[in-house]
Amino acid sequence: MNKLNELFNPNFYNKPIKIDNFNKEDLVNFFKLMTKIRLIEFHLADERKKGTIGGPVHLGIGQEAIAMGLSANLESSDYVFGAHRSHAHLLALGSSVKGLFAEILGKETGLSKGMGGSMHLSDRSVGFVGSVPIVAGTVPLAVGAGFAAKIAQKGNLSVSYLGDGATEEGVVQESLNLASLYKIPVIFMIENNLLSSHMHLSERQTSFDCSRFAKTNSIPYRMIDGNDIIEVYKASSCAVKNARNGGGPFLIEAITYRWLGHVDWREDVDVGLSRSIKELKMWKKRDPIERLENSLIKSGLWDKKSTDNLIKSIKDEIQILWDEALNDPYPEKSQTLKRVFCKK
Amino acid sequence: MKKIFRYDEAILEGFKYLLSNYSDLFIIGQGLWSPWYVGNSMKDLDKLYGKERIIDTPVSEASCTGLAVGAGLVGMKSIIVHPRMDFMLYAVDPIVNQASKWSHMFGGENSSNVTIRAIINRGGEQGAQHSQSLHSWFAHIPGLRVVMPSTVCDARDLLIASALSEDPVLYIDDRWLYSQEDYLPEVKNIELVNQKPKIIENGSDLTIVASSYSTLLAKNAIYSLKKEGINCELIDLRVINPLDLDLVINSVNKTKSLLVIDGGWSSCGLSAEIIANVVENIDVTVLRYPPSRITLPFAPAPTSSFLEKEYYPNLKDIIDRVRCMHVK
Ligand SMILES: Cc1ncc(C[n+]2csc(CCOP(=O)(O)OP(=O)(O)O)c2C)c(N)n1
Repeated sequence: MNKLNELFNPNFYNKPIKIDNFNKEDLVNFFKLMTKIRLIEFHLADERKKGTIGGPVHLGIGQEAIAMGLSANLESSDYVFGAHRSHAHLLALGSSVKGLFAEILGKETGLSKGMGGSMHLSDRSVGFVGSVPIVAGTVPLAVGAGFAAKIAQKGNLSVSYLGDGATEEGVVQESLNLASLYKIPVIFMIENNLLSSHMHLSERQTSFDCSRFAKTNSIPYRMIDGNDIIEVYKASSCAVKNARNGGGPFLIEAITYRWLGHVDWREDVDVGLSRSIKELKMWKKRDPIERLENSLIKSGLWDKKSTDNLIKSIKDEIQILWDEALNDPYPEKSQTLKRVFCKK
Repeated sequence: MKKIFRYDEAILEGFKYLLSNYSDLFIIGQGLWSPWYVGNSMKDLDKLYGKERIIDTPVSEASCTGLAVGAGLVGMKSIIVHPRMDFMLYAVDPIVNQASKWSHMFGGENSSNVTIRAIINRGGEQGAQHSQSLHSWFAHIPGLRVVMPSTVCDARDLLIASALSEDPVLYIDDRWLYSQEDYLPEVKNIELVNQKPKIIENGSDLTIVASSYSTLLAKNAIYSLKKEGINCELIDLRVINPLDLDLVINSVNKTKSLLVIDGGWSSCGLSAEIIANVVENIDVTVLRYPPSRITLPFAPAPTSSFLEKEYYPNLKDIIDRVRCMHVK
């Protein structure tokens, strides 16, 4: 079996990850933040199920290592663009959990002042320019931000998060060509979770490998196990160095899997045409967080009890921030008309 | 006994009729094999007619629409489905530059049979990119027929007429209409070219013009107003391109006042066109009150239900406006 096939087979890549030559403090921090992101998303799933959240939430549980490994290489002066499933993209940059909660609840104190909700997030203070639900809509925008970064010569770069589904949009091919032609410092981070809403990759493309689009556009790329934080970190570091040194675009295809359905709390094993409980269970063994935890424990850097304490303290914090957000005010109704054009 | 159908079931009936009677018809688009996106309006079509004729696609609106336009050019009856009109914006070129121009550019000998079904799906805290009613944009384009059924029967029959039309047709349905119920008579083959606005309610106090979901809103408002002794005439446009306003002009001459209700924005939109067209074609001195319109506020849709409630026109808005116009 070649590497391409192995990467898509959940029976492979489920062992603890190799952390030998890596900064131990960073690893523990990765573990903590990924755990936090996951618990936040589970919390959102619960609140959505209960009806406290009125709109759709697209959760990325199971995909946390990708945003974590890439964000750890970025600066707040970089430009990051997401899509419909971007909570982790934002949180891994260190954005405000309370701001996210308030936004999802439509409160004035939210990251987008209560105008956007879960699918329209922005936090310029950490470099997150914006996420929108039009599939592939932000891909050319990220190329544009990278273009601006290149012109300004400040050494910053841009990031475009996209899914395997998004690569089916023509605008992605056009964007890859432009990025390559103008040597734009943009990192295309493809989160290949094999699914696009209810359809499996095998029903939408004739190859599982989306990085082939990098190849045809002469863009350097890596195809990696997206559930291995070290792999993601290393590939991202290489992409970031390349961009900062004037090397232009880089594409990373991180293979992963989302544990929940396309939207909200359900697992959607019934409607995903090629998604079974069995497959989901196998993918859960390739859990990016547990694999890191096991490695940390094996190296004596961490223990189960610390995980229990960590989870408890994160849950407490989540509850406090959630309650705060619930009590925050809604925007004035007049804001719908006042925010059509920017005040600045 | 006659059976009652919901609006979405009527669309499904339309598809079944087409698929059963026309072997050269296929449907392509996102979500056609899934219980999401299109509600019950295409339920199990793939199981009944096969996945070769009912095709669920990659996330590729532009090329799938182009494909349908192309197949329509060489004689197939193609239907492309866009679960949300917002997503269809990637496909504006095949619709506006290609399909809509083809007949004219090539001497009127040949055009694409394509039917483009675009669904409006608002509310539910989905925000600015999942809520747009862009019918006015498309009704601006010569060469593109645009239909907006508001009733259960039209949902089926205008779909059939669209698919059988030799011209490109944009068929727009609104998910907020899906729970409406009515009897469905036998299918009559109607020609889209002959489809015009219809009077839904007779009245002599005021003319209300609407289409799609706005017609339903207006209908409900009219029932309340009747109790107050205000009798409005309601005209459902049904086809907004080409727009035939004879019926509207006659009605305004009778009621001497006009209110347009539109689910889109006012600026350069359908409501503006109707008012302008009526004013151009009547003696304006007959009007007892300036023509008026109820549309969306001129802002993208906000996301939270808190703000959504304020954003979408409701029954009360219509009733208040009519009362005020009636008094004058
Ligand atoms: C232009 C457009 N087409 C279709 C949709 C509906 N839609 C929302 S998310 C999605 C799936 C995208 O899949 P992928 O890019 O792989 O991301 P994932 O959901 O797997 O994270 C689709 C089809 C949309 N939002 N925008």
